[in-house]
Amino acid sequence: MKSLKNHISLIIALFTVLASVQIYVAVDRTIAAYETRLKDDYSVIVVANKAFIPSEFKSMSSMIERSEPISTSQVLERLKGEMSQKNLDLLRLTLPKFYRLYLNRYPSPREINELQHLLQRNPAIERVEGFTQTHDTVYKLMLLFKNVVQIFSVAIAAVTSLLILKEMRLWQFQHAERMSIMALFGAPVWLRSAVLFRLAIVDAVIATIILCLAFFVIDYYGFLIAQLKAIGISVQLFNFVDDALRSLAIALGISVALTFMIVIFSNEEG
Amino acid sequence: MDKVIIAQNLSLSYKEFETIISKATFSIDAGSFVFITGASGSGKSTLLKSFYGAIEPRAGQLSVGGVKMNRISTSKLNFLRRHIGIVFQDYKLIKEWTIEKNVMLPLIISGYTSDVSGTPVQKLLGHVKLIHQAGKYPPELSGGEQQRVAMARALAHNPILILADEPTGNLDEYSSSVIWNLLEGANTQLKTTVVIVTHHIPEGLNVPYKHYHIEFGNIHEIA
Repeated sequence: MKSLKNHISLIIALFTVLASVQIYVAVDRTIAAYETRLKDDYSVIVVANKAFIPSEFKSMSSMIERSEPISTSQVLERLKGEMSQKNLDLLRLTLPKFYRLYLNRYPSPREINELQHLLQRNPAIERVEGFTQTHDTVYKLMLLFKNVVQIFSVAIAAVTSLLILKEMRLWQFQHAERMSIMALFGAPVWLRSAVLFRLAIVDAVIATIILCLAFFVIDYYGFLIAQLKAIGISVQLFNFVDDALRSLAIALGISVALTFMIVIFSNEEG
Repeated sequence: MDKVIIAQNLSLSYKEFETIISKATFSIDAGSFVFITGASGSGKSTLLKSFYGAIEPRAGQLSVGGVKMNRISTSKLNFLRRHIGIVFQDYKLIKEWTIEKNVMLPLIISGYTSDVSGTPVQKLLGHVKLIHQAGKYPPELSGGEQQRVAMARALAHNPILILADEPTGNLDEYSSSVIWNLLEGANTQLKTTVVIVTHHIPEGLNVPYKHYHIEFGNIHEIA
């Protein structure tokens, strides 16, 4: 029972770390999906006094995916009744060229400013409208949330690592007698500590399985995915191959590294 | 004759200004049977501990099985211990392991699999009359039985040296006789050096032995 309690303590600690990492990954993925959606709707408007070909824009910045001219005929059509044909022709000649630039990713406000400055350096470009004011509030909130989750994950990882370290010290005390007997018969330190490594590995695997099950439940019932779909985001919160493998690697990394630390530290003490 | 243990001006102590063994000079021949006696607190067990590196010499030189014990490295100490069999008064069995696995311990440490070590361990358990208890755990056995398991474990890896600290201190007559027979057998048949720390030497031993006595930190041979 006592042993089970010790296992549960480590499993919960490892699960907490894995869950916080996975939440961070899921938030990151959600933001990336939202960025893709925003990117498709977003464009920068350029007003130029000469005609540009698409490759000219593309060569200005690697962010520019494609460009398309905005037709002025609609504007001129509207003015048809109010102006003479001669004036209209003159206007057509003097009217600047309008272009819509599509980007390969959704830019941050800083990137928009940089792009605006870059484009405005070209003497043929008279004006650039990046619509920074309309930069999505939801997106900004998401970025804020991502940062908060990141800080939270680091804090959780630090605190739980200390808890795991404490738990492993307890394990070490529990197995101290066995380890000292093995030492008397010349067992090298890794063999003496094999029991600790075995426990660490088993608990890391169990914590990963629990994480997979938890995200399977979230995925299965789909309440979170439905909420995200409501704001136009379609995202996979947990990838049962990549994420499970990464979680297992993290859990094993933490538990084995901390066991290693305990073993080396106690060996030096001894 | 080769010497298994050589001590020159050996001093042992736990604290800096306290001396338990003072400037002892002696040697133990390979294949000999040796008793070390002395009053309680005389330093018998401390001396024995120095033979398996549980305490380092404070001064002087000590060599066991050709390995210098002064500032010995962990890897050398482990190597030496893999060639020594130790029997403790408090048995020092691993409670979570079966009797069979306890006896197997030195073989596991030497890298043998249970398939390889199974047969010799079964034989040893037969020698200590515990073959029927192989699957039990130490707390399920009596003190005498546990000490017999410890004896079997000490012999499992065919050591060059057996160190025994009061091996029959609190045991019944039957267990004591099994243990003395095994120690004698190891010495006569396998030429294993046996060093025993004890309060008194049993009567009726069938092997020639040397007797060292510790008194006031000095060790001297009793003819």
